[in-house]
Amino acid sequence: MSDMNFRTQAFNKANLKRRRAQSKAFEYFCSGVTGLAVVVLALLLYDIFTDGYRWVDAQFLNSFPSRFPEKAGIKSALVGTLWLVGFTAIIAIPTGVLAAIYLEEYAPKNRLTHFIEVNIANLAGVPSIVFGILGLAIFVRFFGLGRSVIAGALTMSLLILPVIIIAAKEAIRSVPSSLRQAAFALGATRWQVVRAHVLPSAMPGILTGVILALSRAIGETAPLIMIGALTFVAFLPSGPMDEFTALPIQIFNWTARPQETFHELAAGGIIVLLAVLLLMNALAVFIRYRGSKQ
Amino acid sequence: MSDQTPILNAKDLSIFYGDNEAVKSISLPIFEKKITAIIGPSGCGKSTFLRSLNRMNDFIDGVSHHGEILYRDQDLYADSVDPVEARLRIGMVFQKANPFPKSIYRNIAWGPNINQLGGNLDLRVENALKQAALWDEVADRLDDSALNLSGGQQQRLCIARALAMEPEVILMDEPCSALDPISTLAIEDLIEELKAKYTIVIVTHNMQQAARVSDYTAFMENGVLVEFGETDQVFTRPKEKRTEEYVTGRFG
Amino acid sequence: MAELSAKKTRWNEWVLEKLFFFCAFVSVITTAAVIFILLEETLTFFETVPVLEFLTGTRWTPLLEPKHYGILPLVAGTMLIVMGAAIVALPIGVASAIFLSEYASHRARSIIKPILEILAGIPTVVYGYFALTFITPGLRVILPDTQIFNAASAAIVVGIMVLPMVASLCDDALRAVPASLRHGGYSLGATSFEVTTRIVVPAGLSGIFAAFVLAVSRAIGETMAVTLAAGATPNLTANPLESIQTMTAYIVQVSLGDTPSGSLTYQTLFAVASVLFVSTLMLNILGTWVMRRFREVYE
Repeated sequence: MSDMNFRTQAFNKANLKRRRAQSKAFEYFCSGVTGLAVVVLALLLYDIFTDGYRWVDAQFLNSFPSRFPEKAGIKSALVGTLWLVGFTAIIAIPTGVLAAIYLEEYAPKNRLTHFIEVNIANLAGVPSIVFGILGLAIFVRFFGLGRSVIAGALTMSLLILPVIIIAAKEAIRSVPSSLRQAAFALGATRWQVVRAHVLPSAMPGILTGVILALSRAIGETAPLIMIGALTFVAFLPSGPMDEFTALPIQIFNWTARPQETFHELAAGGIIVLLAVLLLMNALAVFIRYRGSKQ
Repeated sequence: MSDQTPILNAKDLSIFYGDNEAVKSISLPIFEKKITAIIGPSGCGKSTFLRSLNRMNDFIDGVSHHGEILYRDQDLYADSVDPVEARLRIGMVFQKANPFPKSIYRNIAWGPNINQLGGNLDLRVENALKQAALWDEVADRLDDSALNLSGGQQQRLCIARALAMEPEVILMDEPCSALDPISTLAIEDLIEELKAKYTIVIVTHNMQQAARVSDYTAFMENGVLVEFGETDQVFTRPKEKRTEEYVTGRFG
Repeated sequence: MAELSAKKTRWNEWVLEKLFFFCAFVSVITTAAVIFILLEETLTFFETVPVLEFLTGTRWTPLLEPKHYGILPLVAGTMLIVMGAAIVALPIGVASAIFLSEYASHRARSIIKPILEILAGIPTVVYGYFALTFITPGLRVILPDTQIFNAASAAIVVGIMVLPMVASLCDDALRAVPASLRHGGYSLGATSFEVTTRIVVPAGLSGIFAAFVLAVSRAIGETMAVTLAAGATPNLTANPLESIQTMTAYIVQVSLGDTPSGSLTYQTLFAVASVLFVSTLMLNILGTWVMRRFREVYE
């Protein structure tokens, strides 16, 4: 104990003061840096709105693209996006949700199941443009679907499937197992248990995940360029085999032009795109809120 | 009772989690170089009270308090008091051993290092480990990860870690609750020895432990301090009926 | 009481189970298809262009005469973007995560988290627009030598795009560090700075590392923002103010033209995409592996 002067130790006040200041400075630094994220979002929205708000009107929504900016609009792009998302939803939602049901409720704990799970996680990290190449080679060329709505929807479906499966799995896993056991104890089959108890309880979570996945499909550009969605379309698709364009493609096309006026049109398109995404997110938040109340 | 001035003194202290009053106007002196045990059934607020003595409740959201805690006649919660400095003087050992994921040596040296306590660091580590009766078991593997130690060794490491800071008071929050009986006895012996130099407050739900090691005992129930006195008196001649029922096991 | 009847197969249940299995198996088919297609076309490509020339050549001019098929300029362009994005996203992401997990009040958290989610949900083409019409002009005011299309602007915007991911994964990693370790530090008289930088961050380091790896993978695969802002000049340079081309931007450039299937140019798409796929896949596997490992430590 010779080295330890019990209780006579003078705590160095200056040292404490310096450390307290250092700690405060660090806290301010971290919160300031976090504030940067808010600033960036504000700048981005400001940039887009000041550039584009003048163009967003009924004429803009109701016109086809044109060489003349004042006549140009996003009608075909907006309708094309709706076709695309509609078919993507029809293909991807059932597949994704049923896959999640299989993995959570049916799958045995074996190496195949593990492999499928790891595979889904890795697919979620594959760059979207690689899905575009897959769509180009398989749907457009091999199956001969051409640059059609259905080729685009199939490609998008593969892209968002991992997102839907992961979200749906999480929602299904959060259903308490006591609920399943209660139903099984009444002599229900597995599918009866899933349909009558698990799915209804997991539905808000599944829907939220589905909506977020579809918003991703609405904003994706690269895969559509790969499969050759057109950039200058003056007609509306009338069926799944028709050629089409989509909102992000139109925005890309306008942004890539050197003329300032087309940039403003692009900003106008972005405002519409963000408005659509905002609506979908609001819907997701609403569903989550209602789900948490029940 | 002792006539010396207490080193810590709770006066009319109430502690709230949000609106829920966990500790209800407790007045309790802690005397220097004595061991004070706080006993009572789980959920009676004894750990909450203990954590308030070195401001560890600051880290729990929604905790507020009424009344005051005096440290050598100075309000521990005054705006002018730096909680960091308070914790330098009033150390703590937790219910579950919480060694840092570092080597044994660096676990002990960490506190003295950041506080620049000076002196020979190796000697300080050695002394702390010796005081915690751990030195013989770990002297040849100070660079091993602390996570490889057994539960009892980890808890003694955490005691050594607190001792290396040379605090005036050591708060112990059920330090043996996660340990086997042999480790428990080792730590009780240790506490007995530390009494010569340190003030110790120990929360325990083990009445034998309180009777064995402490000089003073406080019995709490539902956030209220039912009885406080010298340990002999509390266990053999309790003044309150509730205390008698609890210490004789006719409780609940 | 009657005896229990013998076990029988409920055929509708059986069919449903097989159907569900097929839906889950679609993901495996997808991966197999990606690998098969990339491999097939890339191998055909290597019949014309030697592997060594492709991987070590320093000129990439498949669309111009004389044609050269060395991928290094595209890799260098991609690396320039990745490093720039990392310089933006990693420090800011970690600092934000520290703020969120160690300092932010419940209220502050409930404001910051949705903002990060919004930033993460904005389509990449919008970030491309932002880079081209806001960041590039800004850079050109500060550094007049900056070209209209330049790596720096794209790198900054890619950094902004991966920032929410870095912040949220690091936040998870720091929050997984048990509170008892923090309390141990505080009870020894440490300040919050000391507890954070010497206990919490070291304990969460593998999770932070995983976040970095996954963010780098994302940046490599990022397409639209770099296509719009970084240009289309395969350029073996380290100067971020010059125009460059990334692997992804090259793929977009080719597919915007009319490329007959079976041509050598068509095959370059797959060769470049193979490099892209393999590098992002390896990073993702590394990232998820590290993340799973660090979770096990505390569970």
